[in-house]
Amino acid sequence: MYSEKVMDHFNNPRNVGELEDADGTGTVGNPECGDIMKLQLKVVDNVIKDVKFKTFGCGAAIATSSMVTELAMGKNLDEVESVSNATVAEALDGLPPVKMHCSNLAADALHAAIEDYKKNQKK
Amino acid sequence: MKQIYLDHNATTPILPEVFDAMVPYLKEEWGNPSSIHWAGRGPRKALDDAREKVAELLNCSPVEIIFTSSGSESDNLAIKGTAYSKKSKGNHIITTKVEHPAVLSTCKYLEREGFEVTYLGVDADGMISLDELKSAITDKTILITIMMANNETGVIFPIEEIGQIARERKIVFHTDAVQGAGKIAIDTKTLNADLITISGHKLYGPKGVGLLYVKRGARVVPLIHGGHHERNRRGGTEDLAGIVGFAKAFEIALRDMKKEEEHLIELRTRLEEGLSEKIPHVKLNGHKDKRLPNTANISFEFVEGESLLLSLDMLGVAASSGSACTSGSLEASHVLIAMGLTPELYHGSIRFSFGRSNTMEDVEFIIEKMPPIVERMRSMSPLWDVKNQTGAKITFSEKSCTN
Repeated sequence: MYSEKVMDHFNNPRNVGELEDADGTGTVGNPECGDIMKLQLKVVDNVIKDVKFKTFGCGAAIATSSMVTELAMGKNLDEVESVSNATVAEALDGLPPVKMHCSNLAADALHAAIEDYKKNQKK
Repeated sequence: MKQIYLDHNATTPILPEVFDAMVPYLKEEWGNPSSIHWAGRGPRKALDDAREKVAELLNCSPVEIIFTSSGSESDNLAIKGTAYSKKSKGNHIITTKVEHPAVLSTCKYLEREGFEVTYLGVDADGMISLDELKSAITDKTILITIMMANNETGVIFPIEEIGQIARERKIVFHTDAVQGAGKIAIDTKTLNADLITISGHKLYGPKGVGLLYVKRGARVVPLIHGGHHERNRRGGTEDLAGIVGFAKAFEIALRDMKKEEEHLIELRTRLEEGLSEKIPHVKLNGHKDKRLPNTANISFEFVEGESLLLSLDMLGVAASSGSACTSGSLEASHVLIAMGLTPELYHGSIRFSFGRSNTMEDVEFIIEKMPPIVERMRSMSPLWDVKNQTGAKITFSEKSCTN
């Protein structure tokens, strides 16, 4: 039911872990739904220098989390503005229809982390 | 890669003896059992023999058996058929929150039709309370439908006692015995049930065939109107190969029941002990003793069930989960929720359901492979960090589960 790319990212997720001194953290989902994604950023001169995630969830949740970190790594904050959940799913060669609306939250986690970063900058 | 099948509560393989018994009715004996000519005579005899065999196994009369297409159809026929036939007497039905969807969806449908349904809860072990059942009964109660054994946890309900309560109040009692049949003895003379649902493919028979036992005197309004088949209670030319296979499979299941039970309990006990010993934060779900011998429902806290299933599948192990992600409907197990489990526990539940072909080697394989799988998923889980206080507390979004 999952594409090879999803299974690859599920088996070998990229950028799993936590950042000490993260500049921004985004958490989306909740335990009742069965998906929680936590994504952290290190930002230098408006560029995402490092990104890590931790996810509780199904295969799709883990694969989308991993993929979004790949899409974000090294990018300018403006560049990733257009990254949506659909972009992430596409980069994984698609997700089963039922998963498009539940476990596909990774881009939301990225944007939440960026928002958190921007808020921290203002302090 | 070795394949290990631990999902026997979902379906079972057809036994070779069952398959062999079915083949003639897909080849030479293709006639219609209702035909009086030469082509129908062989099939008619086979149909009568199968019905008699099943009746003997259930200790009932052949006229009390209706063959159907599935357990779901039997449940529908029992529940809607009774509701419609008893409509003038009342409109109240009692069931439980942990029934199979074939029962729950049928009850929901009847609610829209003007019937009232009481859904009894269960305790933390997944057990119902007979006192609650008694106090739920009203003058309007026409039907009690309660499963024999739960498909997710294997918990066995006190069917004889429930039947006794129903009988005293002159209420029709239906039990969905799809998971129980073949694993628990069913004697219609002592079970106190008016209607019993059984399915073929859960007991090593073919898919597409089920039966409804209808005690003499109990009336069900047909769902499928047609010819005189099944004594005018279910139209449609009989699926003879399926019915013959069902009868053979049921016969074998009962013949080997005692031996299988010992084998299954041995495997399950070792699995539960092995996993509990090797993995921290594991919870065994369901009543410890009043449980089918083959079913283990285990929660691996702080990880999600589908990711565990995917990991197991890659090793050739087939099991199932109560996680929302595996249901297709995005709803987590209604059974585990009714038992009061937290999301961290119900999303992390795996059901291992053993069967005839499983060996102790299979069990040892799972006990060896499961700890690193759970450890890997936990190392990725923010909930695990919160639990260990190595990660910051998480504030969850209020967003609904479907975005």
